[in-house]
Amino acid sequence: MKPEDNKVMRLQDAVEKYVTDGCHLSIGGFTLNRNPMAAVYEIIRQKIKDLHVYAHSNGQGVDELIGGGCVSRLEIAYGGTGKFMSTCIRFKKAVQEQTIIVEDYSNFQMTLRFLAGAMGIAFLPTRSSLGTDIINKWGFPKAFRKQHDRIPNQKLVVMDNPFDGWCDTKKVVLVPAITPDVTIIHVQMADFRGNCRIEGLTFADVEQAKAAKRLVITCEELLDDDYLKTDPDRNQIPFIHADAVVKVPFGAYPTACFKYYDYDATYMKAYARAAKNDDAYQQYLAAYIFDCPTHTHLLDKVGRRRVESILADRNRGYAKHLDRK
Amino acid sequence: MDYTLKELMTICAAREIKNNDIVFCGTGISMLAAMAAKNINAPDSVIFFETGAIDSRLEDIPLAVADPRIMYHTSANGGLMEAFCTMQNPLSGTRIVGILGAAQIDLYGNLNSTVIGEYDAPDVRFSGSGGACDVASFVSRSIIFMKMEKRKFKKKLDYLTSPGFLDGPGGREKAGLPPGGPDKVITDMGVMGFDEHTRKMFLIGCFPGITPDQILDNMEFEIRTDRAVEIAVPTQTELTLLREKCDPHGLIL
Repeated sequence: MKPEDNKVMRLQDAVEKYVTDGCHLSIGGFTLNRNPMAAVYEIIRQKIKDLHVYAHSNGQGVDELIGGGCVSRLEIAYGGTGKFMSTCIRFKKAVQEQTIIVEDYSNFQMTLRFLAGAMGIAFLPTRSSLGTDIINKWGFPKAFRKQHDRIPNQKLVVMDNPFDGWCDTKKVVLVPAITPDVTIIHVQMADFRGNCRIEGLTFADVEQAKAAKRLVITCEELLDDDYLKTDPDRNQIPFIHADAVVKVPFGAYPTACFKYYDYDATYMKAYARAAKNDDAYQQYLAAYIFDCPTHTHLLDKVGRRRVESILADRNRGYAKHLDRK
Repeated sequence: MDYTLKELMTICAAREIKNNDIVFCGTGISMLAAMAAKNINAPDSVIFFETGAIDSRLEDIPLAVADPRIMYHTSANGGLMEAFCTMQNPLSGTRIVGILGAAQIDLYGNLNSTVIGEYDAPDVRFSGSGGACDVASFVSRSIIFMKMEKRKFKKKLDYLTSPGFLDGPGGREKAGLPPGGPDKVITDMGVMGFDEHTRKMFLIGCFPGITPDQILDNMEFEIRTDRAVEIAVPTQTELTLLREKCDPHGLIL
């Protein structure tokens, strides 16, 4: 490996360099799984403002970015984490109080939008959402779109199938490509150059990674040059897309990371409780984010016992005996 | 026999699932219904998640569709692109049964899971579509869980997130959607279906101790009740399998 191929950085430096005020950001993972939480906490700690966030169904990460006051605009399909927050609480509050502007799509549409970005094509078609308010109601009005050259002129476009009914299809919805300034994902393994291996479901991480101008990878294990190339069928993202690689064990905590650890039900329940009350939420931000200079400090605060309780059973990929009540 | 309403609702939904159905499930009771079908009446049904897992073993109940429990012992672990393509493609999509929930439903089975009030200044914001609009757009039939309340069974939805029959017969076709649409609505008081000609919701049956009038009292719109029959209560076998095999720690029930 040539020294210039080495993309390994400290998390503080990667966030400072690539996540700037007003930038367009997308984060990987899904609801309570493999959200790049260490990076999310670092963004909050660095008090980065006015982010334009793209997500399909990022629950915990997006809610904490909103709660941390980092987000102005959000294009999203779903804000929730399942049983712990059926609707993300800070997200809900911010929308109701109109402190953020939201544009709604479906999960497939957001995935197609990332894929279009990754493909270098302006839009992709689908049949999803025809006849619904996802088409009729726009969070970003036309005039607003006109003022922002980073936002396409239309939310989406319905058009007749130009192939005259081919594939029994009369109409399609075109959804515009997303090209974030930066995508941040958390993966199980990466090497010094940024080759990535994701275990379990990839969600839309690969599309999000390839659509972005810059890609920041946090990983459980940082491997030597060429280690991942000995078993390449298991790798999803080649190094050519990567800009920064950061080793952060438990970097998805409190969300899960398949084969490494489960979600921390205790943390997520406590988070949901705090999120319902502004004072309690300020205390949460102070205690778990601002008073913790790094993710390791947060894990120390949570304590070894809790962290050990979520360690995955290697055969199953999750903590079989975790108390999730 | 003693059973809770949640158990009754779960079993009613599970009975709608047949062997070889591919079952799309969301979070909570919908996930439990899919597990119940697999353990009780449709062992060859296939559980399927929008996050990209198919035929998960589900030794332990997942608490979200991205729970690592769904990634264990699957036929293939993919991503959202694979899952939604499977639904949009009529070759596989027509074999899928969707199980959905929502904040509001109307006469034609359209669903709202986005906002109450104005979209740009909502009184209440919900999670949003997620994959629900995609499922409702693509698959051949869906089962919907709803709580019987006037504010949930609405004459007009505040926001139409997921398409049912839209404005009635021919509505889906006119909009450009594939055929399909809602099949059953399972509530805490009874079960509804949709008339094949008018596409309007009608009462299939009430749960024990509930009258059609009680159901109508909890809806903003009127539905026909003249075809209503009594819903069979859960059997001991169904209850035992549900409690012991599907949710032994009572995480959903």
